[in-house]
Formats: sequence, C-alpha cells, structure tokens
Amino acid sequence: MRLGRGAATTFPRNLTEADCIVVEGSNMAECHPVAFRWVMKAKLRGAKLIHVDPRFTRTSAMADIHAPIRAGSDIAFLGGLINYTIQHEKYFKEYVVNYTNAATLVREDFKDTEDLDGVFSGLKPYTGDPLNGFVGQYATESWQYERAPADGQPAAPGPESPFDALVRENLKPPPLRDPTLAHPRTVFQILKRHFSRYTPAMVERVTGCPRATFLKVAEAITANSGPDKTTAFCYAVGWTQHTYGPQMISCCALLQLLLGNIGRPGGGVMALRGHATIQGSTDVPTLYHSIHGYMNAPSVLRKHDTLADYLRAETLATSYWANQPKFMVSYLKSMYGAAATRDNDYGYGWHPRISGDHSHLPMMVAMADGKVRGMFAMGQNPAVGGQNARVQRRALAKLEWLVVKDNFETETAAFWYNSPEVKSGELKTADIKTEVLFFPSAQVAENDGSFTNTQRLIQWHHKAADPPGDCRSDIWFTYHLGRRLKALYARSTLPRDAGFKALLWDYDRDTPPADSRIKDEPDTLKVLKEINGYETATGAHLKSFAELKDDGSTTCASWIYCGVFPAPGQNRAASHTPDPPGGPDTHLGWAYAWPANRRVMYNRASARPDGAPWSERKRYVWWDGQKWTGRDVPDFPTGKAPGTPGKPGGIGLDAHSGADPFIMRPDGKGWLFSPAGLLDGPLPTHYEPAESPVANPLYKQQASPVLKYWKRGDNELAAVGDARFPHVLTTYRLTEHHLTGVMSRWLPWLAELQPELFVELSPELAAEHGIRNLDWVTIRTPRGSARAKALVTGRMRPLTVNGKTIHQVGMPWHWGYQGVVTGDVVNDLSALVADPNVSIHESKAFVCSVEKA
Amino acid sequence: MAELPALAGAEERAMDVTRRDFFRLSASAAAGTAVGGLAGLGVDLSPAVARAQALRIKDAKAVPSVCPYCAVGCGTLVHTVEGTIVNIEGDPKSPVSEGTLCPKGAATYQLHVNPNRATRVLHRAPGATEWEVWDLERALDRAAELVKKTRDETFVERTADGRPLNHTLAIFSLGGATMDNEWNHVQQKLLRGLGVVAIENQARI
Amino acid sequence: MPEPMGFFTDTTVCIGCKACEVACKEWNQLPSTDGGANTLSGHSYDNTRQLDGIHWRHVKFVEQFAADREGGRWLMMSDVCKHCVQAGCLEVCPTGAIIRTEFDTVVIQSNVCNGCRDCIAACPFGVIGTNPVSGTAQKCTLCYDRMQVGLTPACAKACPTESIKFGPIASLRRTARARVERLQGQGRTRAYLYGDDETILGGLNSFYLLEDRPEVYGLPAAPKLPSRNLVPGSLWSGLGALLVGLVGLVSFRQRRMEENGATRGEGRRNV
Repeated sequence: MRLGRGAATTFPRNLTEADCIVVEGSNMAECHPVAFRWVMKAKLRGAKLIHVDPRFTRTSAMADIHAPIRAGSDIAFLGGLINYTIQHEKYFKEYVVNYTNAATLVREDFKDTEDLDGVFSGLKPYTGDPLNGFVGQYATESWQYERAPADGQPAAPGPESPFDALVRENLKPPPLRDPTLAHPRTVFQILKRHFSRYTPAMVERVTGCPRATFLKVAEAITANSGPDKTTAFCYAVGWTQHTYGPQMISCCALLQLLLGNIGRPGGGVMALRGHATIQGSTDVPTLYHSIHGYMNAPSVLRKHDTLADYLRAETLATSYWANQPKFMVSYLKSMYGAAATRDNDYGYGWHPRISGDHSHLPMMVAMADGKVRGMFAMGQNPAVGGQNARVQRRALAKLEWLVVKDNFETETAAFWYNSPEVKSGELKTADIKTEVLFFPSAQVAENDGSFTNTQRLIQWHHKAADPPGDCRSDIWFTYHLGRRLKALYARSTLPRDAGFKALLWDYDRDTPPADSRIKDEPDTLKVLKEINGYETATGAHLKSFAELKDDGSTTCASWIYCGVFPAPGQNRAASHTPDPPGGPDTHLGWAYAWPANRRVMYNRASARPDGAPWSERKRYVWWDGQKWTGRDVPDFPTGKAPGTPGKPGGIGLDAHSGADPFIMRPDGKGWLFSPAGLLDGPLPTHYEPAESPVANPLYKQQASPVLKYWKRGDNELAAVGDARFPHVLTTYRLTEHHLTGVMSRWLPWLAELQPELFVELSPELAAEHGIRNLDWVTIRTPRGSARAKALVTGRMRPLTVNGKTIHQVGMPWHWGYQGVVTGDVVNDLSALVADPNVSIHESKAFVCSVEKA
Repeated sequence: MAELPALAGAEERAMDVTRRDFFRLSASAAAGTAVGGLAGLGVDLSPAVARAQALRIKDAKAVPSVCPYCAVGCGTLVHTVEGTIVNIEGDPKSPVSEGTLCPKGAATYQLHVNPNRATRVLHRAPGATEWEVWDLERALDRAAELVKKTRDETFVERTADGRPLNHTLAIFSLGGATMDNEWNHVQQKLLRGLGVVAIENQARI
Repeated sequence: MPEPMGFFTDTTVCIGCKACEVACKEWNQLPSTDGGANTLSGHSYDNTRQLDGIHWRHVKFVEQFAADREGGRWLMMSDVCKHCVQAGCLEVCPTGAIIRTEFDTVVIQSNVCNGCRDCIAACPFGVIGTNPVSGTAQKCTLCYDRMQVGLTPACAKACPTESIKFGPIASLRRTARARVERLQGQGRTRAYLYGDDETILGGLNSFYLLEDRPEVYGLPAAPKLPSRNLVPGSLWSGLGALLVGLVGLVSFRQRRMEENGATRGEGRRNV
C-alpha cells in the first residue's frame, strides 16, 4: 500500500546481506525454519537479530535482543521507532527526499489524529449493508495531495492504443512539493507531528516493553541503516491478524522508507506466508475482491457498468498501472475467447459483479442465517480454522450441500457426526439436512503444477507417482466438474447462460499419459499457457507483459505471470539453474519470480538518484552509462537514464523521472503518507484490539473507528477492561504442525512431536490460579471455552501496561476432533471481527479468563 | 554441508546411485512401510531391519518437487521405484533451501504413504447417520447437478435499479492456498464463468 | 580406508525445530510412539522424551528464566548416539551384532541382534532401546547406508541452521574449536566442547558445543564404560533423566518422566 505491490519486497536468502534483522509479528524460527536458515547465516556474519514478540519463542532464543510487547501493540512500538528516527535525525535524507513522498503537500482540510483525538478527517457513519460489517467509514477526499490548478488539456499525442484517450482523461495536475521538507503541510512535517507522542515513555506505557529495551532496538536499527548498511524486517500473520493489520505492515514499510531500506540488498520487508501458494492464490485470485494480477473485481458499488466505465474508474493515468486496459482486455479474452470482441466489450457484460464483502467471515455469517445453499471446501478446513469456529460449524449445518476435497477426512467433512455440537446434543445428526460429498485428493508428488512461494517465486513440482484409489488432483476435479456443467448448459438459450457457454474450457491432453492409469488428467501446461498469455491469432506464447495489447490481439489471464512460460518447452517455473559458487547470489536461473523475474522489487532504489550504487558494500542495480544493470533484473525501464525528467502530460511511466523507483505508484514515490489505498487512515495509528483489557493510553478513540464487527448473540465482545476476562490471549502455530492439522495431525511422525493442545502460562499467572504444569485448564471468552493442558513457562511474562499488570496467555490452534491426535478447537474462542481493508480477523490479541478445569 | 571437502558433490552422486549395482530392492520395501496411524502400532519394520545393508533409493528415480507446507518453497526430491514413492528428501540444488527441510517438510513422505489417507469418495445423504462409498463419476455428476440447480435458482441478472450484476451469492467456494496456481486459475475461472463471486482462500486467514 | 566420520552439533544455533528427528524417521522408516497418539510431557517443547529404539534423534529443551527474566535462555540440543571410540555397547554385545564400521562409527546389525538388551544397560548415554516391532536393539547408524554412497546422513542434511554438521572428525574438530574461539571472543565465555577429545571414552564421534554444564543438557559429566561401572543402580543415580529402561520402554516411561522433571532443577535459574 505504501510501495505498490502486495508482496514481499525481497527474498529470504538475501537476508544474509543484512546488517540487522528485525523479526516482528512472526515466530520465524518456528514457522519458517528454512527461511530462518538465512537469518542464522547473517548472524554468523555478524548481523544483529532482534525479535519483538509477546512471547519468548524459538526465534527469541536465537536473538541478540528480545523485546517483549503486549500482543496487538506493534504500531505503538513501530511508531516509537519512527519518532526516534525523526527526532534524532537518523533518517536517510537523500533517499527520503528523492524516493518518497516526504516533500509532497497534503490538502489543507486534512486533519490528523493529533487534531481529532485519534481519528482522521472524513469519518462518517456506515450506511451500507450490515453484512459488510463496517462500524464506520471514511471519506478520503481530504487525505489527497495538494495539486496545482489544472492548466488545460495535455498536448495531443501521436498514434495511440485504443484506450489511451480514456487513460489520459484520468490525468491529474502534479502534486505540489517542498524539497526542503519545511512546509507544515509536507508529508514529512505531518509525519513528524503525528508520531511525536510515540515517545519511549509512551511506548513503554502502551506496549509494556521496558524503555531500555526499546531504545536498544531503536539504536540498533538506526545504526544499521544508511548508504553502507541495511536493516531488514520480517513479519507474518502476527501482523495481519488484527483489526488494523494492514496498518501494522504499512507502518513497517513507512519506517523502512525513512531508513532507506526498501529496494536494497539486505533490506526490505519480508512477508513470511504460511501456505505453499498463499502468494499464488492471491496473484491468481481465488479471492472475491480481485481478478487476476491485482485488478479489482467488477463491482456494482462503483461505476463499473461498461468496460469503459470500469477502466475509467480503475486505471491510474500515471505509473505502470496506466496499462490496465491491456491487462483487462487480455484477461477478458482468456475468459471468453473468440466470443470476446471489441463490439461486445470483450464479454465484459457477462462478467459477474460483486455487490459487497463476500469474504470468508460475512459469507459464513450469511450461511449461519440460511442464505447460502452450497459450498466447496477444498484444502481448507473452516470447522477448525474459521474464527468463532462454533458459528462456522453451525453454519455448515444450514447448507443444502457441501463438497469437501482433501487428503484426509477433515473436521469440516465430519461436522455432521463428530463436531462438539453433535457430541453435546446441541445438534442432531438426523436433523442436519446437508448433503455432503467427500473427494480424496492427490498430493503434491502426484500431479504437475506450480506454487508461488513467499518471495513471489513460481516453482514447478513434477508428478512422480499416481495417487492411490479415487484420489485425484484438484485440477482434475474442477476441470471435469466444469466439463459436466458445460454439457448441462450446452442447450440453453438463456441470455444469462451465454457467458458460461462462451467460457474457454479446454485443457484436455493432446495424448493421454502413457505412464498413468488416470488417462483424463488435464494438461496443466495448457493452463499455465493461458495464465502466461499468447497471441490470440497464432497461439504464440508471450514473453513479457510489455507485449500485451488492449485490442484483443493478446490473450493473457494474469499479466503479472506473463513471461513464466515464454515458449513451448520453456516452463521457467521448472527452471533449475542456480548460480554457480561466487555468483551474484540472486539465482535468476532458479524458477521464476513475478514480476519479470525480479527478485528484489523497487531495486532502482539501490542506486543513488544519479544511478551510482549508494556504496560499494550495497551494490545491487546501477546505471552503467547506457542501461540499468546489476545482480538482479532491474525493476525499472532498462534504458531510462537517471537524469530523464518526467514528461508533463505523459501517461504511464512517461510521467515518472529517471529517479522515481516506485513504478506502480502514480507519483513514482514510496508513500510515507497514503492518500489512497487504505480505508482506515493515511497514517498508522495505535488502536486497541476489538477486545482489550486496557483503555487506549494514546487517544480517546479506543479501537479502529472503521473496523468490522458482526454483531450477533453468538459473537459477543467483552467490554474494555471487563474483569471477567482480564488476560490477553494470543494464538499461534508450532513448527511441528500445519494450520488446522489436516497435513500434520494425521501423520504419526508429526503427531507424536506435539500430541496435545496446551496453553502457555507464566509461573506468576499459574500461581495466581493455583495451576500446576500439565493441569487441565479451561480458557473462556464471551464466545466459548476450550480445555487445554497447562504448560507453565518462564518464557511467558507479565507486562506492566499503563500502570496495570497484564498477563498474556498463549495457545497454538492446530487441534480438532479428527486425526491421530485430537483436541479442542481454539478458534471457538475468537470473534468475528476484522480489519476494514482486507477483512482479516483478529486472532492475535483478544481477552480471556483462565481457570483450573 | 560446508564442512565436507571429502564429500563435496556427494548429493549429486546420489543420482548416480540409481545406476549402481546395489542389492535389488524388494517389492515390499518399495511399497513403503505402514507407519502406525489410527490403527495403532501396526508397523512393518522389516525394511529397517535390513537397513545397514540396503540403500532405499538405489534403484530410484529422483523427481524434483516443492514442499507443500509453508510458503518458503523448499526444494524436494521425490524418489520412486516402479512408480511408487519410496523417499522424499530435500533437494540440495535449490537455492531456496539447499537440501534442508523443517520437520513438516521432512514428513512429506508420510503425507503420501499413510494408512490414514482417504482414498474413496464418500457421500452423506441429508439426515443420514453414515457415510456411503460412492463411485467417483457418480459423485462428480451429483456435484455438477447441485451446482447447476443452486445457480439456476439463485442467479441475479440485474440490480434493483437495472445495472448488470450476473451473480449468485448462494454458492461459496473456500480454499486455494495449499493447492496449485493452475487449480486456482481454473477454479476461479469456472466459478466466475458461472457467476459465483464468493470465492475465498486462506489468504484471508 | 575412509577417515573417521561423525557429527559436530553446535547447540548455539539449534532452533529446536526437530527436522532431524523426522528426517531420521523418514529415512529409517521408524514408527511413532503409539502410532503418533503420544502424550504431552510438560517438559518444555520436548515430547520425544528420550533416545530409544524408535527415536534415534532427540531434541532437548532447557528453559532458564529468572523471576525478572533478565538474561533468560532457552537452550536446545539435538541428541544422538555418540559413536564412542571406546563403545560400551560394542564391548558387551554377546552376539557380535554391534560392529565398528570403516567410518569409525558404531552400528547395530539388526539381523544379528538377539534382543538381549545388554547394550542398553551398557550405554552410559542411554542411547539404545528396543524397537518394539523388530524386538531388537536399535539406535542411530549415522546413516551407514547413506555414508557408503557418499550421502550426508538424513538429520544433518535436513538441519536448516546447520546445527548438526557431518564430516571427517578431524575437520569437524577444527571447525568446532574455531567456533568456540569466536564465541568466546564475542563474550560468550561459557561456550566449550564436549567429547571432542579422548578424555571422554576415547573421544566421541558425535560431539557438542555447549553453553552450560553437561548435566544441564542431560549429559553425564564423566561417562564411564560398563566394565568400570558394573552396578546398574549407580548408573541410575549418576545419569538421571537419560537412562533408558532395562526391561522395556513402557514400564519405565513414568519413571523417566519423573526423572526428567527432576533434571529441570539443573538449570541454575529455573522458575
């Protein structure tokens, strides 16, 4: 949101080049041990390792500094680091002035949380569908840049693509800037005021982290940033699972921009993702809100009625996003093939529109209310993994039909006879009218396909053996389901079925596989070709997204993946040529990273504005006099010289200068202040979680004024400081298990390593309640309870928050009622609350009680 | 590992093992051992008994793969003998992981060869108290029938004020982050083609 | 003749992930405690509890936290057969099932073992146990089958942080001593090597870098050969938690757990 692409800016191996690594919002050694390999290598080379976390974990055990904080208080901690960096003038001035929007002026009517006691200008009541969950919303006009008055139409250009005129309509006059950063309405001055109250004393009051420890962290990161040094941050779901998760991540990006650590070796923000292709399933989106390559799904909530409406509403006139008409038309061609023509808006009229938040939580709420009739649960297990999982299991009982496809008989598949609700008699199997189909799955070594890992690397896995019995690949299931549906609709003449009839759906193998008994397995490479793109007329593979056209002559589902399959027989996801020893250590020959095989994004920023490396030690990508070159694929037009000025009235990258590294941002700058993209504020602000034992020590505003909360009798929240639920509860994973346990609790080798659900308690809290190690303990929240064995450990510690002793309680959440080892579902404790931007729930910080069972 | 000048390149040589004249691997060993599970300790350890003599992967084909657990994306090698998986370990060539794995990745073999694994299609009729084993084709026909019926009964072409909508909110698809990109593509394509917009995966968890 | 080979385990970089335990089980196709339906030990993150016939690697966890949490440590160590130069198990084996290989490692040939358990009693480290399925004594073979074709043992290969290093003993010792020197230089003055020279049983072909007394990690300070320490009772008292039962795994589990509990007090500043 501050940088331009929703992905890790760097790759774990590059952490070996860091001088300091901060792991926050992640238990990296535990959850990503092999990525942590590179952290340990950096440490052996002398890098400092800092772990900021409520618990002392396997990661803390390796750290030079463990900074304990209260779960959910990360923005206060990071805000403190930002304030320290500004107050001590430790920011990287040349980087900040040239590469960020620090010098840009914001509109006069913008009001900060400093002015409005914890909220920004534009707050208003939410008046939409309650199913969307919002408790409030912002009008964002006042957050915009101050711009020069419009000075007439830009110069008439030469020959253009069909939609260029439309793109040009979206051009805005350039924002006003003050490179001295002195103007009170520059982003820099706003930032300085905004974070001024995040003093070390305040950090200690809010987070519970001792001031001396906080200062050690502040000194370490500022001493290890600058032309000659870089600091990297690593985070995971410890930052996402909050009612202000995206703000935590953006707060980190803001700090990294101030320190000049983005786009540089050993720097960056490393997002550590938890599933094999969680990045891929966001890029190739099985997500309601976006279509391929981070384009917004067509919606009736915006003016998206025609293709031109959609493009007018969605296309940025400047930045690489000015090419969106090419991405969109090529995408529509991949949907509707020959039926997509210029005359019918390339089939845009058939494409479905969204009409609200159709994400996991509101869909399960709607299901609980009987509004959803059928469901696919494929490789996902909401009966354990869903928040307030009791509500979700009860919702499954309202379905007419449920299709589950997985490797083992999951809790979701077995909800109708084995759930706690059935066991307790609350639900009766005979009364559950849900028809359930369970399809067993092939595993990774049993079919061809690709995963996109945490560093955007698309990696191919080859089929090694047939799956047993009726197990089939997921793609086999969906392809053949689609073929059956195609047959069922073949004779329809209804206009509403025309789009489906036109849908391109042919992934048959040209010849059946000789070495498999499954002769009708679809051809995965045909799918990859459609994702990569081809010339519509000839079928010739596209080599780069630069070849995409907005006239229907190119077909491409995912513009960001264009280039992964540049020619028949050249599947770059399967490319296995690592660097030789002593090579650049970017391994461009190993698999394929989107976009365009770039490994560190925004790497233009690894050079000075004039194109020379910031220092010899941190050489990465530079201007050699003719072109950009270096250890990586430049994330910049390779022939654009550093001194090139931005073209007045230019669209796309023409508008940017040769020193604007953030090519996906309209102004080419990294955003310290986000005028767009975030619904809950242009700057991060500390709010308390939806449930907290303390009042917000920073502002009158307690929690995010625009968070999502689904108010229902079975989803109550504890009031602030409710004495019945005095402790902070945080949930997490263990290295020995995976998620809901479907891929681990059924494996004896893993099951025996962590066989039972436990709750981690400090000796102090255990003593208060007379709990001894291994005693059964009941943990309660307003939504439910769970039984677990006590693990009493000095790794947990009470913290003093705003003068009050706060105990934190930790629980892994891998257990359920199916598998070799079973246990209570910890997500029965959590609430249906979410962040307003991405509807991710808050399971990292809520409140509970603890008692001996 | 870096300590091993004497064994430099040893992992590459492992590939050559397939060509060496070692003991023939018995079919029972190649079939993979039952490794405990819900049935208790019913374990056949005979291959381990002879372990000091036989190398399990001596006649094996090594197929490059990727660990299916977290998103680090460690490289693996899947060893097969006559189409049966006999071993899965780290791929030393991968610059992502250099042959190393975490405990989950190291257990990938048991994700495949596991007596607890479901291998039959199951159907539960409304109100029924038991699963029934179904034929795969019949089950897929039924799934298609259910999707069509629900879609046709709930599809909305236009909003109240006449703007195009073309969707149904009565079908919800959940899952994707543990599956292949190619599956994610066809799943969202099929569903969007039908007008199903409530498509979600673990990225929101 | 190949050089003596072995493991050097640097506990200061062990993250306790247990990849070694699982990689060992995968390669050697070992079963799990009760088919995986194990119980929580309550001893930090260790539920494996001991080395035995089906657990040839065992990651130990030692928590050292004072009331004020200052300087708290969570020590982790992957334990394994020491492949002693003077191996008690080999000495007492009546059938000749236990051999010293060309790599100077100690291997039990399961097809020769008669299950008499003498070696189990003789091991001063409590490494060996009966595999309940084969009925024979089993332990780490240092992946003899892999070594013979030039492959790294499964555990060392899997270890993400290279805490477990495999190689020629002479080279490992050089690496280990340089590492201790470096840690000392960084002010980690408690770092030392255990078993890297002949003072312990003529040398351990699996030796360790530790940062506390051996007993804290459940290792005997002065392990003895059975011929010099014949009374089983004294073994119990001397070795604490790590001793493996003489008459079977199950009946001794409870006792071991209690002793495990007792050794928790070894950490100087446990809370």
